[in-house]
Amino acid sequence: MTDKNGFFDLSKSTLTRRTALKGLAAGAGLGLAPGFVRYSQAQSSAPIKIGFQSHRTGIGAAYGRWYEKTTAAAVKAINAAGGINGRQVEVIIEDDGTDPGRGAEVVGKFATQHKTDIVFGTLFSHVVIGSAPAAGENKMPYFVVSEGHHVASTKLNRYVFQPGITDVKSQIESMAPWIAANAGKKVTQIFPDFAFGYDHRDYLPPALKAQGADVIAQIAIPPTESSFTKFFPQIPAETEVIYHVMVGPAVLTFVKELGEFYGPNRPQLFGFIDSLEATDINSPGLEFLDGSHFWEGSPRYAQADDSVAQKAYRTAVGIDDNGAAVGDPKDVSTAAHMFGCWETLYVVKKAMEDAGYKGPEDRAKLVEATEALTEFAEGPEHPQGPKTFNGKIHQCFGIQNISKVEGGKLKVVHKTKIEDGLYEAEGDYTTQAL
Amino acid sequence: MHFGPHLLLAALEGLVTSAVLALTALGLSLVFGVMRVVNVAHGEFFMLGAVLAWAITTAIGGHPALGFLAALVIAPLIVGAIALVAERLVLRRLNYNPEATIVATIGMLYIIQQLALTIYGPEARPVEPPFSYRILLPWFGYSGYKLSVIATSALLLIATWLVLTRTKIGLIMRATQYDSETAQAFGIPVGRVYGGVFALGAMLAAIAAALIVPISQAHYLMGQDPLLLSFIVVIIGGLGSLRGTVVAAVLIGLSDGIISMFFSPTLAKIIATLLVAMVLVFRPQGLFGTASR
Repeated sequence: MTDKNGFFDLSKSTLTRRTALKGLAAGAGLGLAPGFVRYSQAQSSAPIKIGFQSHRTGIGAAYGRWYEKTTAAAVKAINAAGGINGRQVEVIIEDDGTDPGRGAEVVGKFATQHKTDIVFGTLFSHVVIGSAPAAGENKMPYFVVSEGHHVASTKLNRYVFQPGITDVKSQIESMAPWIAANAGKKVTQIFPDFAFGYDHRDYLPPALKAQGADVIAQIAIPPTESSFTKFFPQIPAETEVIYHVMVGPAVLTFVKELGEFYGPNRPQLFGFIDSLEATDINSPGLEFLDGSHFWEGSPRYAQADDSVAQKAYRTAVGIDDNGAAVGDPKDVSTAAHMFGCWETLYVVKKAMEDAGYKGPEDRAKLVEATEALTEFAEGPEHPQGPKTFNGKIHQCFGIQNISKVEGGKLKVVHKTKIEDGLYEAEGDYTTQAL
Repeated sequence: MHFGPHLLLAALEGLVTSAVLALTALGLSLVFGVMRVVNVAHGEFFMLGAVLAWAITTAIGGHPALGFLAALVIAPLIVGAIALVAERLVLRRLNYNPEATIVATIGMLYIIQQLALTIYGPEARPVEPPFSYRILLPWFGYSGYKLSVIATSALLLIATWLVLTRTKIGLIMRATQYDSETAQAFGIPVGRVYGGVFALGAMLAAIAAALIVPISQAHYLMGQDPLLLSFIVVIIGGLGSLRGTVVAAVLIGLSDGIISMFFSPTLAKIIATLLVAMVLVFRPQGLFGTASR
């Protein structure tokens, strides 16, 4: 079927109408058959299908992989304990390429093709914001593990929830007093130039102001940037604290170049561990970070006072005391965020049980049952710590950890209280129609 | 920071970008000049160079300089071999047809990128620089390694130039570039020249990547930016012109460094793209290119 140049030539193909029809008929038969025999007892034994919108490729890929591992561990634990409402849980993974456009398509695909019960698992804020309208249109409950303030801002829609990880605004409010009291009063912010960075840009200055400290400069860096030295001259000389929160594969360069620029006479550093998730803190060039502080949702390194639940969770997910994969010390996890997948799945389980959830026709009931939740106690289902949940803004609030880099490890030096991070609700999703 | 030191820092950053860009773009330019193949997968050979550099330094261990030097030699050789195989298996079978090779190299781009994701993984992994001397200027510190990248790149560019202009291999390559049919008539094995040039182009990208990887980590998506910038450089400098490529790389690198430091990185990209548009309108053969015959 190739001509002398080696090109395929379809005109010489031997595909006739008859063979084409035969092929089509056979294909259709194959397609129908399994649907016919499967789950003839309707919903009683069919699994609950959770569509997992995963950052398998693109800049979020390191997070995506660990979100998948954590999710697999949580689903295994849930299924071993009898599933949800007596039904097993099945996770269907689709890659969103860490891209908002593709994210919306993936939500649509879950709704129309896979017919999943819910969609779950997104981290990057631009993907959440891009996908949320599709979730609303398809009336598909959409549980994100994103950390951004977009869900709690009530600017998305009633089908979007963030019950497993505290949002940035709350994190900042709870940690601002510590930053002002321990790190310094003149703060320069460095953040990525997109939605997640804007949460920091918008909420840190007022939170610090309330503590008598000031943000003296704000430096936005494009998320695709791979070299950072050129931005550092914008840092004012009187800066006492550099507050950095960076994402994406180039974060290590960012910290290294900061080290080259300042050397030993650096200002205090306070960073979100997002700048170094999935990166070994002992990588060459990071000695510069010694003595600096980081926010951590859940501590990467095992701590002396870890609860039994925390230890069990770490074992189940398969991370060692240094927060790396068991058996591969170089494969560092995204521990500060991925606990949210575990906890979110248990929230979904609780809400589905409260709603007596049977299938996609009960999605509205599931939304209302989730909104009715108020508290999650610390324990095997919530190993990061206790949380409260505000059903009006679909957001949970938990404790935050401030960790210090000491001897090549991160040691928790301060834990905030839930009350420190509570703020006035900006709206109410429950007034929206279902 | 005052204007003077600020400008110095901007220029240094710009020169590092230029140095790496010149090597990468030269590879792209050679492949196009000699073979008339637009190699869309060029950025992926760059990425492969970085990923292999990481693998080699990790495997060797010991003093960082040892692993780095090994990576600087071995990684380009492996990438060159992969490129040669790709050239034999794909491009040659398409008879170097311009349209078909564009589609084929797009395919290569995805295959290489996804293989890297599957085998190497999604993390950005660091390579330790061979030495970590920090040059202390009165206003700021600067990485000594970055300065060495500029020097190394300049040496490699001079070496490439010498090969192209002073050796028989260079003569054969230039003859093939000038008129491949006549070259063939004079007994030059054009097929083998093509294979060699494609491998050499990929190797130049791999060397550039091995040089940059101690500064910015190896990551499976890192080939996209160099590809885009290389195209910009090659279009401005003139396809197939070594001098044009180097001049354009310095121009783009410095303007990127300086504009993005004093204004914004987005503006630097806008200006570079505008420059490409202007060159295409007013001097389609590029600043130093010769009009096609």
